[in-house]
Amino acid sequence: MATATDTLATPVAALPAATTVPAHQRLAFAAMVALLVVAPFLVYPVFLMKALCFALFACAFNLLIGYVGLLSFGHAAFLGSAGYASAHAAKVWGFPPEAAILFGTLVAAMLGVGIGALTIRSRGIYFANITLAFAQMIFFFAVQAKFTGGEDGIQGVPRGMLLGVVDLRRPYVMYFVVLAIFLLGFLIVYRTIHSPFGQVLKAVRENEPRAISLGYRAEHYKLIAFVLSATLSGLAGATKALVFQLASLTDVHWTMSGEVVLMTLLGGLGTVFGPVVGAFIMIGLENYLATLGAWVTIVQGAIFVVCVLVFRRGVVGELGRLIRKPL
Amino acid sequence: MTTQALFGQLLIGLINGAFYALLSLGLAVIFGLLNIINFAHGALYMMGAFVAYFLLQWAGLGYWWALLVAPIVVALVGTVLERTMLRWLYHLDHLYGLLLTFGIALVIEGLFRNEFGSSGLPYSIPDALRGSYNLGFMFLPTYRAWVVVFSLVVCLTTWYVIERTRLGAYLRAATENPTLVQAFGINVPRMITLTYGFGVGLAALAGVLAAPIYQVNPLMGANMIIVVFAVVVIGGMGSIMGSIVTGFALGIVEGLTKVFYPEASSTVIFVIMALVLFVRPAGLFGRTA
Repeated sequence: MATATDTLATPVAALPAATTVPAHQRLAFAAMVALLVVAPFLVYPVFLMKALCFALFACAFNLLIGYVGLLSFGHAAFLGSAGYASAHAAKVWGFPPEAAILFGTLVAAMLGVGIGALTIRSRGIYFANITLAFAQMIFFFAVQAKFTGGEDGIQGVPRGMLLGVVDLRRPYVMYFVVLAIFLLGFLIVYRTIHSPFGQVLKAVRENEPRAISLGYRAEHYKLIAFVLSATLSGLAGATKALVFQLASLTDVHWTMSGEVVLMTLLGGLGTVFGPVVGAFIMIGLENYLATLGAWVTIVQGAIFVVCVLVFRRGVVGELGRLIRKPL
Repeated sequence: MTTQALFGQLLIGLINGAFYALLSLGLAVIFGLLNIINFAHGALYMMGAFVAYFLLQWAGLGYWWALLVAPIVVALVGTVLERTMLRWLYHLDHLYGLLLTFGIALVIEGLFRNEFGSSGLPYSIPDALRGSYNLGFMFLPTYRAWVVVFSLVVCLTTWYVIERTRLGAYLRAATENPTLVQAFGINVPRMITLTYGFGVGLAALAGVLAAPIYQVNPLMGANMIIVVFAVVVIGGMGSIMGSIVTGFALGIVEGLTKVFYPEASSTVIFVIMALVLFVRPAGLFGRTA
């Protein structure tokens, strides 16, 4: 991996080490926030909430592939198990929404520690393969365990009252809560990759032996990034369960792991805004193609093939190249 | 627990093991030379079963013809995929190969599912292999015995060709150092194409063998391939003998788990994988990278 001339994230220029946010990124961020604030009054809010949950999921995934160079093919495990945990907590234990989301996120974090500790020593294809297998283990657990409801999933999860005062049953209120959660996650990822910690991650990605020889314990850095990525994926999954009032097997299935790879790849690996753009495109596409059944899979596969063969920078990566600044 | 049930599950395990072995062997051969994990392997296994079905429906060619023709047809599809797409990714990170073959798998499976739905199509056992042997303690269906013996023969022949013949020596040399082998006048790009074709041909062969047992179903490969990936990780990626031995062994372990602790039967392989990784990160037969 270290010797490959074109590692997964190098098509995009490395971000500057400066800790201040460059003007064009501030501008892009402001534009994104403005769009997302106006959007629910123009577009169906449930669609937007779904896209935001996946955008957060993709950002969390991108933290790992874009900045550590690790392709996890099992991220559905974190999304799905957090969804089950928060749905169960809200429905069966009667947790208020903030506690349910926190609990789901915590479950994903612990799972991240467990899986991460076992997998982080491997790299490249091995890492992808092993994370996939672990996710499949979680999937079969979800199929068989009693509390997940098997094929039915956990249905009718109450959204409840946020902090006891904010009624989440109203779609617009729910939307702005989801938006706040997404922005929180987005900023955490942004802060992480622009911190000294993030610089070490990039150093490990570019040349692991050299980073180790400089005295960095590469495995620790990678593990922390993995756990952070799992935690934020969990945050996305826990939120998604409350939005749809449902936790189901779809979210732990390996096709979901593939989907987040596709979103990130399409938007631009290792770009700040790419995963968000990719998630909105893919969710929009799925919405549009929903009536066509199996064609969704075919279109997804075709986009995968095209992206890998000729469009490796992704939408945002290409845009960034056009304006000659990383986005 | 009757011995009948025990041996029954053991046999099912052995059958599954035969498929695991054939599929992970193909993956190992491809991984050795191309350094990619072929995510499309499950889709091409499914395609093998469908080619057998088409041959019977449209051309009236039965099982024995399918056993010969289906691997060749799928191998041709594989060589086309390699020539037109995979080839362009060799200079990039190997993960792109994984992503590309994943996309290809989605397209192939989506197309078949669109055309044939998700329910299975029946494919009957050939007349010569009907019936069963009475072993005294159990009945052994002839077809199942045939699957185990035949796949064992195919696996061992492949091992022999790769590890003991001149052709295999070229292949192993190209795995170690393709540039040097090319300098000796061997056409390495063609060898890569043929190797990919051979690997997916093995998958198609497994598909034909599976057709009378599991029916012909567009999703048969998707369900199988993830387990096979775990088998490959346990055996050690790229090891020929490792994939054969672990394939059969894990099939049997899975069968035994069904008898003694059925709840864990679908996860046992993944649990073993976690344990193996803990002790030997490169897999049981793998060399440390």
